[in-house]
Amino acid sequence: MMSEMIREDGRKFNELRPIKIEAGVLERADGSAYLEVGGNKILVAVYGPRESYIRRLLEPNSGVIRCRYNMAPFSVDDRKRPGPDRRSSEISKITADALRPALMLENYPRSMIDIYIEVIEAEGGTRCAGITAAAVALVDAGVPMKDIVVGCAAGKVNDEIVLDLSEVEDKEGQADVPIAMMPRTGEITLLQSDGDLTEEEFAKAIDLAMEGCRQVSELQKEALMKKYSTE
Amino acid sequence: MIYVENKDLVIPGQILADDEYYSGRGTFKDNGKVCSSLIGLVSLRNKKIRVIPLKSKYVPKKGDVVIGKINDVRFSMWDVDINSPYSGILPAFEVFGREKKELNKVYDVGDVLFLRVVDVDEIKKAKLGLKGRGMGKFKGGIIVDIAPTKVPRLIGKKGSMINMIKDKTKCKIVVGQNGLVWVKGDEDMEQLTKNIIHLIEAEAHTSGLTNKIKNKLYLAIDGELPPEEAPEEQEEEFVLEKPKLQNFKEELEQEEREAEEKEAEEEEEEEKGDKPNIAKVIQELKRKNKSKDNTLSYGDNSNNSFILNKK
Repeated sequence: MMSEMIREDGRKFNELRPIKIEAGVLERADGSAYLEVGGNKILVAVYGPRESYIRRLLEPNSGVIRCRYNMAPFSVDDRKRPGPDRRSSEISKITADALRPALMLENYPRSMIDIYIEVIEAEGGTRCAGITAAAVALVDAGVPMKDIVVGCAAGKVNDEIVLDLSEVEDKEGQADVPIAMMPRTGEITLLQSDGDLTEEEFAKAIDLAMEGCRQVSELQKEALMKKYSTE
Repeated sequence: MIYVENKDLVIPGQILADDEYYSGRGTFKDNGKVCSSLIGLVSLRNKKIRVIPLKSKYVPKKGDVVIGKINDVRFSMWDVDINSPYSGILPAFEVFGREKKELNKVYDVGDVLFLRVVDVDEIKKAKLGLKGRGMGKFKGGIIVDIAPTKVPRLIGKKGSMINMIKDKTKCKIVVGQNGLVWVKGDEDMEQLTKNIIHLIEAEAHTSGLTNKIKNKLYLAIDGELPPEEAPEEQEEEFVLEKPKLQNFKEELEQEEREAEEKEAEEEEEEEKGDKPNIAKVIQELKRKNKSKDNTLSYGDNSNNSFILNKK
């Protein structure tokens, strides 16, 4: 195993990009979080639980979460056409699906929680970063949950399984496996795979991504503790 | 085996204790362990673990007193926004019994009322009523919103905190259990009270808060610290008991009396001089401005725009 190999940006195979998480950054939102991973800058706002203003979405014995992932037009090198597209609708859906198992929505029947994920700057791995930040914002909003969901990706670059792909690695690499999990129980709430991997490589990628998730999870906890502890 | 201490800050998913402990509010049992489901502070009593949330939404409960805003006037009831995921309704018969009156002449959209939760049905819709002391419509003043879980802290032990603020700022303050606080008084004092309330909200989990707030209030109003009258250090407990019902009837009545007197005075003055002079015009303008101040503003949102906090 070439574990001592150094990647393009100088990281080891199992090294994350530098992460900064901050909870409770927006005044008007019920909960919010700001997150930086490498070159990603993501802002998440959570509103709710609030009265469901869309009747058809209302659930009689549980709350509903809705999620909108949006990339700012200036978040990437070539200007992105504003508005929802195929990719962002997909990420909106999988983010809501990844967070839902952790939330105890039955405490708020007939209510609705809205999550808005705004990507201010993108540099690979925004869906995982979005999930991580959204989970922090949900805690900040006081939504009861079983665990703080965390997302992280692993992938295959130059025939090597590596953790937390950057934009270049994602584009030029052979595979990308983003996952989200609940770190306490190790339950996986999101698993996607893009590219070709053998069975062993896939297992290895998941193990690596789960290890990454646990590291990010510590930072999430730290950010929340920092926001609310009394000096 | 327990992993946390009383008053510790915990986050969702954190393991609090093993099986021999009971899981109270804000916690759940998973795989033989008691875990927190909220961000909050641990409250340990005997063998029961609870987590008092730092942030939460108000869920209506029978018997609570709340402050609500009329959202809509319907055929036989008012829709009331009670700062909760669940809306409240105020049926017309709760207000005038069997009598028939036009609803929008009594309370109109935008009016803010002090109400009691009479009943909560299975879909958590709150039925509201006006029976009780001092219930009814607010005239003037401002509304400050805080987290509902911080309400007991704002009131303090037997109302110690709230009474101190009332005495010092000469403001009338009404606290609803849904986290809305009505403040009326001198304009500067209203703003000061609002800031103090937000300060209490932000530091609700610290000990010795009443004294801290006292010092702040004295500094802001008198420009000096209060005389040290009570050296007996009261160990302030982190209590979250249900706040007692506050007596506002007198205040409201007095306020109405004052308003009437004022009007009478002004009318007298008007009758005195027939010819309009400049002084009178100015007074008239002043009065107009004042009446504008009396309209209720829903918090002060000027600094609440969509900005990131400074680090």
